[in-house]
Amino acid sequence: MTRLLPAGALDPADTTGATASDVRPGRVRGREDRSRLASIALHGTLVLATLVALFPVLWILLSSFKPANRIQTSEITLIDSPTLDNYRAVLFDTPFPTWFLNSVVVAAFTMVIGITMSATAGYALSRFNFAGKRGLMWVFLITQMFPVAILIVPIYTIMANAGLINTKASLIIAYCTVAVPFCAWMLRGYFDTIPQELDEAAALDGLGPFGTFYRVILPLARPGLAVTAFYTFLTAWGEVAYAIAFMQTRDNLTLGAGLQQFVPQFNPQWHLLTAGSVLILIPAAIVFFFAQKHLVAGLTAGGTKG
Amino acid sequence: MSQALAVAEAPVEQPPGKQDGRLRRSFDRNWYAWAMVLPTVLVLGVLVMYPLVQGIFQSFTDLTESNAQDVICTKTLGGGEECRDNPDSAEFVGLDNYVDLLTGARGSFWLQFTNTLAWTLACVSLHYGLGLGLAVMLNRKMRGRSLYRVLLIVPWAVPAFVAAFGWKFLFNPRFGLINQALVNLGVDPVEWFNHRWTALFAAICTNVWLGVPFMMVAILGGLQSIPADLHEAAEMDGATPWQRFRNVTLPGLRPVSSTVILLGTIWTFNMFPIIYFVTGGEPAGQSEILVTGAYRAAFEGVRNYSLAATYGVLILSLLMVFASVYRRTLKAQGEVF
Repeated sequence: MTRLLPAGALDPADTTGATASDVRPGRVRGREDRSRLASIALHGTLVLATLVALFPVLWILLSSFKPANRIQTSEITLIDSPTLDNYRAVLFDTPFPTWFLNSVVVAAFTMVIGITMSATAGYALSRFNFAGKRGLMWVFLITQMFPVAILIVPIYTIMANAGLINTKASLIIAYCTVAVPFCAWMLRGYFDTIPQELDEAAALDGLGPFGTFYRVILPLARPGLAVTAFYTFLTAWGEVAYAIAFMQTRDNLTLGAGLQQFVPQFNPQWHLLTAGSVLILIPAAIVFFFAQKHLVAGLTAGGTKG
Repeated sequence: MSQALAVAEAPVEQPPGKQDGRLRRSFDRNWYAWAMVLPTVLVLGVLVMYPLVQGIFQSFTDLTESNAQDVICTKTLGGGEECRDNPDSAEFVGLDNYVDLLTGARGSFWLQFTNTLAWTLACVSLHYGLGLGLAVMLNRKMRGRSLYRVLLIVPWAVPAFVAAFGWKFLFNPRFGLINQALVNLGVDPVEWFNHRWTALFAAICTNVWLGVPFMMVAILGGLQSIPADLHEAAEMDGATPWQRFRNVTLPGLRPVSSTVILLGTIWTFNMFPIIYFVTGGEPAGQSEILVTGAYRAAFEGVRNYSLAATYGVLILSLLMVFASVYRRTLKAQGEVF
């Protein structure tokens, strides 16, 4: 299956019936050597997977340079009289730059608030046993389960009563309901990987629990904090359900709700959509590839310890 | 004795309020732990627990946009305001919403429920299967491994709504690339959004594309935490690659797998943007899942807040049942989770 074995080894009948003794050593393939054929198959599969992963993004990128009337034709062309008109239209004739700014502000605030609040909680969960700890862990996990559907109406009512509907603050507060438990959960996993001996040494040197946390653990946890921050940012950046429900005037929309305006049911403006999508992707992609190495480490630390 | 050690020795579970002395001791030892947790607990209380309770309460009322006000205020001639109770304000209706929803008198719960099940099952199994396959391949030594890894992660960097619009563009029945490719292959073009299952298929493709990198990366991390000597020992004993995969790799992945499958199921079940943007419920609401159905009840047409809350309670109950069954199964298999 996944290891690209010689055909016989795939057959369940072949392996289930065989005990270790009647498998001839000559047939067993080592872990790091493989036949030429297996090598080709391995690279072939990976190249195919890579193409599937890249293709939609590339196609949107290519389409964004086509003139508006050429996007909606039924011929397949990769490059068709390339032009930057779509980008000009998106940037100067639509509120796209405003939406972009709105998204950045909302995501940045959500990130900062989420991290600040949850770092201490994550640390406490990682280091101390206290009454209610297990319950709290469960609450964090269960809040991940909460469907948008059950919280969105009550939160909408609360925001409406507070006069916050159609403001960025309402979105930031709503996103914190997702961000805070998630960040606390992730950061707890990261703090678990920092040796407890450091805390003990700091305590021996006379630092209280808050001092230990602030001066010793936080600096060490910088990669974990960065990963969690980044992940929170992306979550807020990509959220749409609250954004569509809460934001009502065209200038206050965030990107998700804004893009939708480009492609209404009738007369969709696909040329605006493709150019807008590329503009959204560029900054996200840049940040992402700088962070992805840490992202992998941070996620697996959080994941396995969960 | 260091504080951290002293705390580590403290008993884990202390039923609060059972014994004053014990509670007191626990407080003396742990007050800073509670202080550290407090801000988060407050936020969760105000922004999650209170709305949750309110949402559950609303599901037993007939609250809609039109009867949300408790008082109706009218301007009088003198310039003042006169307020009186709204005769039609929302009332407690007991289980009516649940009965209506589950018997299909209002909304189409069971259609959406079937869609949600098919959607979650297809997405999670494809996410996990493809993620596992790619991770196992990437875990081998070969040329270009890090390049493959970076390129395969690309979809993860794409925000869900962008991916949704991008795939809707690809699946466009008139000029979408997929239909054009089908025509070039001599197959009739498909009206993707005119049929329930083809519309869901388009949405599932989008979500699988979007979600595989996360699984791949998580599983790759798990694979790398399996000690190499286990594989070597199995190899010495003459285990075939398949046997090594079955008996060393898969068990070694258990902790990671159990977590990502649970999280993946919950996330997919509640995945809003893909269905909302890719199919938009077409044709005529037939490709709607529960979450998007609830959203439409709450924010489209006459806003039916109570029906949306009922949906929410039902979704939450389903997920809680799933999570506890899942956890129990893992426990029965000897996994502490």
